[in-house]
Amino acid sequence: MTAMLDLGDLGLDQGAAVLLRIALAGLSPGDALRVSGRAPDLAVHLRAWARAEGHEVVAGAAATRAPFVAELKRGTAAAARWQGAERAGSAGMDGVVAHAPAHWGLAARGAAVEAGGPRFHFPLAERDVVWADDAGELYRAAAAAQWDPATAIPWHAERSHPPFVEDALVQVLTYLIENETVALLVPARFCAQVHPHFREVMQLLAIQAADEARHIEVFTRRALLARSELGLSTAGGQASLQTLLDEPDFALASFLLGVLGEGSFVHLLGFLHRHAPDACTAEIMRLAAQDEARHVQFGMSHLLRHAAREPTLLARLRVAIERRHDALRHTAGLNAEVADALVVLAAGELSPVGIARGAAAVAELQAQMDAGRRTRLRKLGFAAPDAEALSGLHTRNFM
Amino acid sequence: MDDTLILGAVAYDPKVVTIWDGFLQWFRARGLPFDYVLYHNYERQVAQHFAGACHVAWNSPLAWLQAQRLARARGRSARAIAMRDTDQDLTSVVVVRADGPIRTVANLPGKLVGVGAADSPQATMIPLQHLAEQGLVADRDFAVQRFDVLVGKHGDHVGGERDAAKALLAGKVDAACMIDGNHLAFAQDGTLPPGTTRVIAQTAAYDHCNFTVLDGAPPQLVERFTELLLGMRYDDAAVRPLLDLEGLKQWRPGRTSGYALLDRACERFGFLQPFLRQMGVG
Repeated sequence: MTAMLDLGDLGLDQGAAVLLRIALAGLSPGDALRVSGRAPDLAVHLRAWARAEGHEVVAGAAATRAPFVAELKRGTAAAARWQGAERAGSAGMDGVVAHAPAHWGLAARGAAVEAGGPRFHFPLAERDVVWADDAGELYRAAAAAQWDPATAIPWHAERSHPPFVEDALVQVLTYLIENETVALLVPARFCAQVHPHFREVMQLLAIQAADEARHIEVFTRRALLARSELGLSTAGGQASLQTLLDEPDFALASFLLGVLGEGSFVHLLGFLHRHAPDACTAEIMRLAAQDEARHVQFGMSHLLRHAAREPTLLARLRVAIERRHDALRHTAGLNAEVADALVVLAAGELSPVGIARGAAAVAELQAQMDAGRRTRLRKLGFAAPDAEALSGLHTRNFM
Repeated sequence: MDDTLILGAVAYDPKVVTIWDGFLQWFRARGLPFDYVLYHNYERQVAQHFAGACHVAWNSPLAWLQAQRLARARGRSARAIAMRDTDQDLTSVVVVRADGPIRTVANLPGKLVGVGAADSPQATMIPLQHLAEQGLVADRDFAVQRFDVLVGKHGDHVGGERDAAKALLAGKVDAACMIDGNHLAFAQDGTLPPGTTRVIAQTAAYDHCNFTVLDGAPPQLVERFTELLLGMRYDDAAVRPLLDLEGLKQWRPGRTSGYALLDRACERFGFLQPFLRQMGVG
C-alpha cells in the first residue's frame, strides 16, 4: 500500500520538509510516498529537495501546475546517517560513565551521537577526578539561592560609623575583591576543561563563577558608597593568589581554593558580618558567606569521592600545600593594611581598649579558621597531627 | 607518476581542500595510491588533463563538453566514469516577482533577464537555451544581465545566482535564472522570501559534474578508484562528512546522456569555440 501525504497549500519554502520527513521516516527504503499539494512551486522544489535528500521522484516531476501529485521513493541516506550512532550514557545521574569519550563532545548526556563527529579535547574526562555524588543537588541548591544585588542588599541603610571605620572597610573590600577574582577565574577555567558529560559539575562550576562575579559586584559597589577610590593591593597578596591561579591540577586547585581558601573565607565573611559597621555591609557578608559555604561543600564532596578511589591523592594534596607554602615563604602574607583594618572593624574605635578587643577578635578569627581547616583535613582522611601541621602551612593571606 | 592516481579538481571554495584531503586519506587507507592537484579554473584543468598532469578530472558539465570536443578533435577519447547522485536530472528555473506583470515566458520580450556567470551551465547557458527553444533568443528578444562571479569556475560558486536573485527582488532585473535547488535554498535562507517569486519556466532535466578519464589513463588505478568511489557508503562515518561537503549521498556510475541540452546551448551560443581555439583546434 502506498503511503499518502497531502501538503495542502504548504510549500517546501514554508516548511513542508518537516511533514515530508515525518512521513518518510515511517517507511522503509524503497517504499513509495504519494505526495499531493497546491503550493505554486511544489513541483520544482520537491524534485530539488528529494535529490538533495537522496530520495527518488518516480512520477509527477513534469507537472508544474497545482494540484500537483508526485510519488517519492524513500532513499537510504536518512537512516544511514544514524547507523553507528551511540548513546552518550543516559540522562540521569546513574547514566554517568567512568570515562567520557572525546567524540561525545558537547552532546547532551543520554543523547544519541552521530558517528564521525569531531573529537573534543576536554582534559577532565574521568568521573573519578571530577565527580561528586551530590553535584546535582548542590547545583539545584545554588540555583535556588541566587540573589539579586539590587533588591537583596539594603543599599540605603543608615551609616553612622566614623570615617576611619569606613576606610578600614574599603581596604578589606579591596582585598576581598581580588580574592574573589581568583575564586571566579579558577572554576571558570576548569569549567571549560570538564567534559560536558559531567554536566552537573560543569553547571556547578559555572554557578560558582557567577556567585563570585556577584560578590565582586557588591563588594565594589559597597566600597564606592562613601569613597571614590578603592584601597591597596599588595604584591604579597597577589603572589599568594597567583599560586592558586597557576595550579593546573583540578583536584589540587579545588583543595587549595575550595577546601582551604574558601573554607577560611567562610569564617572571614562571618567575622565581617558580625563586625559590619552598617546593615548593608552585614547583609552582603551574610549572603556571600552562604555562597562560599556551598563552594566548600562541593570541594569536599568531590575530593572525598576522589580520595576514596585514588589512594595517593592525600599525599598529592599534602605536597600541594607544602609546595605553595614554600613558594610563598618569602612573601609578606596578609598585608599589614588588611590585618589592621580587620582589627579596626572589630574594634569600631581607636581607643587602646577598643583595639585590644579588635585584636582579640582577629586572633579568635584565625583560630576559628585553623580549626575549620583541621576539621576538613581530618574529614578528607588526614590524621590529626598531619591536619594540624598542614593547616599551619596554609597561606597567611587566608585564601 | 603512473604508480599514483592523480585527480584534478577546481578550487572553487576552500572546502575543496578539506574534501580531497579527506578522500585522499580514505583512498590511501584502502590501498589506492592517490594524490590530487587543484586548479584555479576549469579551462586550465582540461588543458592540463590533456597534457597528462592528472588521470581523472572532476569536471563541470561545460568542462566535460570541452574535454569531449578536444578529445574528438585530437583523435582521443574521453569518458565519464562516475558522478554524484545529485548530478543527475537537475533542472533550472526562470523566476519572476510574484507581484509583477510577467505571468509566462510570453511576457519576457523586451525585458531584462538576470543570469549567473557567463560560463555557468545551470544559471546562464541552459536557461538561455531553454528560452531560445521557446522562441525567445537572448540579446534579440530580451536583454541579459550577467552576474559574473568567479568566471572560470563554471558557476560552481553560487554567488552569481544569488546576485541575480537579489537583483530580481530589488527590481533591477525582470527575471532571474537559477538551479531548482537554489530557488528553494534562497527561499529558505531569506534571499527570496517565500511567496515573493513565481517560477515561469523550468528546463528539461540535465546532468552536472562527472569524473572524466581520457584514453591512456592507467587502467588498474582508474578501475580501483572507480570501485572505491562507488563503494563509498553514507553509513560510513569516516566518509559521510566528506559526502555531505561534496553534496551527495551516493556516487553513481557516470553517464553522458544528460548533457544534450548544454551541448545545444554551446552550439547556439558558441560557448566552446574560444577554449577550443585557445587549444589550437577551434
